[in-house]
Amino acid sequence: MGPACQIALTLPGRTTSCLDELSLQGPTLSFSPDIAETAARRRWMGVLARASAADIARRLEALPQPPAHRRLRGPETGLVMVRGRAGGDGGPFNMGEMTVTRCTVRLEDGRVGHAYVAGRDSRQAELAALLDALMQDAAERAGIEAAVIAPLEAAQAEARAAQARRAAATRVEFFTMTQMR
Amino acid sequence: MPSPAAAIGTAFAGFADPVLDAQACFRAVLEAMSRPGRVQLLTGLPEVPPGLSPAAAAVLLTLVDADTKLALNAGPAAEAWVRFHCAPVLAPLGEARFVLDPDARLPMLDAGSEEEPELGATLIIEVTGLEEGAGWRLTGPGIRDQHRLRVTGLPADFCVEWAQSRARFPRGIDVILCAGHRIAALPRTVAIEEG
Repeated sequence: MGPACQIALTLPGRTTSCLDELSLQGPTLSFSPDIAETAARRRWMGVLARASAADIARRLEALPQPPAHRRLRGPETGLVMVRGRAGGDGGPFNMGEMTVTRCTVRLEDGRVGHAYVAGRDSRQAELAALLDALMQDAAERAGIEAAVIAPLEAAQAEARAAQARRAAATRVEFFTMTQMR
Repeated sequence: MPSPAAAIGTAFAGFADPVLDAQACFRAVLEAMSRPGRVQLLTGLPEVPPGLSPAAAAVLLTLVDADTKLALNAGPAAEAWVRFHCAPVLAPLGEARFVLDPDARLPMLDAGSEEEPELGATLIIEVTGLEEGAGWRLTGPGIRDQHRLRVTGLPADFCVEWAQSRARFPRGIDVILCAGHRIAALPRTVAIEEG
């Protein structure tokens, strides 16, 4: 999703969702620790939201068994309205609705994790929320980052690059055709 | 501006089964409203944020959603919990459709209009005790002869304000009394005689 797109969640109706608040903050706003923390969390939430439940579960096996968690809300599936802006700074318009599953879990020590993922996979949403909660603790963060987040991010980058390569092979150079004449 | 985590965070869950538990609670509220003064027992809320009784929390979860104007004064933990689970429109006392505020008095609330009396506010009051068979004598629709209910923990002038509020029928305020896991309702039609 490019910078021209923002997501306005309408699951409960208004701006109380974390995705909403996160998407409103650009990474270049300022460099206060709060913003840096938000950007870091945004990154791992994004990586988890793009990974399948099976991929996350497979990477999790490398780690010790995660602690028990309680579901605060969901996993539940609903619709969100995706809004865009013409040209990135034009007037906002409603691009269309998409299916989103969200989940919030709490660990026994009180850490709370949220996840909003595209589609209907409630297991993915719950795993992503669980990992988000675990990542709140700086001590645990490094292990999860190395075992789960970084490999998933690398695989996603690789998949994106492979798709870009396949698309690039079919590119038509109009400039070349005019020169051949 | 609060950080996102503070704005949306609560450490307390809602209903264990959001659909069935909310339906059961709605049924209890309906029963309480149609039989004024009869005490109903609510079940089904696994944990409650500080500042709310289990009954009041369940009633809020059941009746309040993203389209509901709510006036809430029960502490930050309760407010964060309600915002997380219900996402209501928080409104001042005079505009809210549902009110849970120990400082609210009946004359402060929106009683609806003659054309749309159904827009009158519903006041949720936390009380310390609900006991049938003694105390007030209730009469009105939904009560065969009279029903007796003793409520402890209400403001002293509640009955006076209730009589004034009832005089403007069909406009008016409906009240849900919550004590622990139990609720009783006073729809605007009921007449209260202190006894």
